[in-house]
Parts: sequence; structure tokens; C-alpha cells
Amino acid sequence: MPINERPLSPHLQIYKLELPMVLSGLHRITGMALSVGTILLVGWIASAAQSVETYNSLSNFLGGYFGQFLLFGWSFSLIYHSVSGVRHLLFDTGRLLEVDQIKNSSIIVIALSIVLTLLAWVMAGGYYPGGGL
Amino acid sequence: MKYRTPISRARGLGSDNDGLGHWWLQRLTAIGLIPLVMWFVISVISVAGQSHAQVVAWLSSTLNASLLSIFLVTSLYHANLGLQAVYEDYVQARWLQFSARILTGFVAVFLGVIGVFTLLRLTFGD
Repeated sequence: MPINERPLSPHLQIYKLELPMVLSGLHRITGMALSVGTILLVGWIASAAQSVETYNSLSNFLGGYFGQFLLFGWSFSLIYHSVSGVRHLLFDTGRLLEVDQIKNSSIIVIALSIVLTLLAWVMAGGYYPGGGL
Repeated sequence: MKYRTPISRARGLGSDNDGLGHWWLQRLTAIGLIPLVMWFVISVISVAGQSHAQVVAWLSSTLNASLLSIFLVTSLYHANLGLQAVYEDYVQARWLQFSARILTGFVAVFLGVIGVFTLLRLTFGD
């Protein structure tokens, strides 16, 4: 059977949306965002090596509204994907697979990611000069 | 021991032979990234808002440059595997799926070499 004639399994729109589905989708979306975000990390390192002016102009961009928005999304994606990733590794060992465990761990992952992201931003004091520990 | 007949493989229904390796490397890099992400987040918090000179000094330390290189390369490898799975799931046209995989691999190598090379330059000086 040619590949494009294979049957499809029921997909997203067939099922009622549940929290664990949202987490699964968010894990992928944040993973894709982080893949693109790696460009920012390399750009940051390269700008520091380039010159003071290049580094400062990138810092100014990241300190602006759009830059802060990008950085906030980047940090949340990193923290969420990491916390959620640990949950996936536990799934791989056969743990947390009962329905109530999946629901409870979903709430824990969301709550922990939000708390840790906000904590990181409070500790960093934003990206503005003079912030930080 | 082969469990698939050649005809099933020829029709594209057999194992593609590297699925387990992909699955395992995705997990192995994930495990490695747990401590690396913790270190990275704490580091970024500590250098946020510092001057260019302070950031360069931080990046130039052998330990920081080494850990950042490992974090970058492991992340890129993990991202490459993850994006491959995304393409396989959502990109139906084989030529596009294949092109996306090749392009992603090239970009990952490019970013990794630039990042590590720049960190080496900073550490050893010009």
C-alpha cells in the first residue's frame, strides 16, 4: 500500500480537549520554540565576542518590549519543556501512568513551570542594566 | 535474525532500522540536559543585566565555556531529533519532510560550530 493511502487514526478534533492533551501539545510547541531560540543563544554569545557595540545593541533590543516578550517566552519554554520532560522520562519508566496520576502531575507541571519562571525573572530583575543578583 | 521479509521492506512497511537509536538518544540527551538546564538558568540569572566586560569575563572562564558548549551541542542534538519527529508526524510530502530534516541538521551543525568556536576564541583570546 503506498504511503499516502494508509488509514489515519482519529486525530485531535475527534476528542474532547483534556488538560494532559494540552500539556502534550505544549511540550512539542515549546520544543519547537526552543529549537528556534537556540539561534538567540548563539547570537548572544557571538555578539559578546564581536564587540561592546554589538553586545549593547542586542542587549537594548532584548531590553525592549518585544525583546522582553521573546525572553519571557524563551525562559518559560525552557523551564516548561524541562519540567514536562522529567515527567515524560518518568512515563518512560512506567510510572505515573494511572489516569488520576496523569491528571495530578499535569497540574503540578503547569504550576511548577509558572512558579519557576516567575522566580527566575524576579531573581534576574529583568534584563535591564543594574538588575540581577 | 530478520523478522521482516524483503518485499515488505521494499513496499515501505518494514522497520527503518534506526527507530530505537533515535528514541534512546532523545532520552539520553534529555537526561543530560536536566543538570545542564539547571546550571544554565542559574547562570543566566547571575549574568542578567551585567556589563559587556563582565559577560565576556564570565563566558571566557574555562568551566563556563565548557559547560555552555556541552549545553549548546546537547541541546542542538536533542532539538534535531525532536524536530525530526515533528516533521515525520506533520509533513506528509516525503521530499519536503526529507528536505526539512537535512536543512535542520545543517543549521544545527552550523550553530554548534559557531557557538563552540566563539567560546574557544573567547577562552583562548584573539
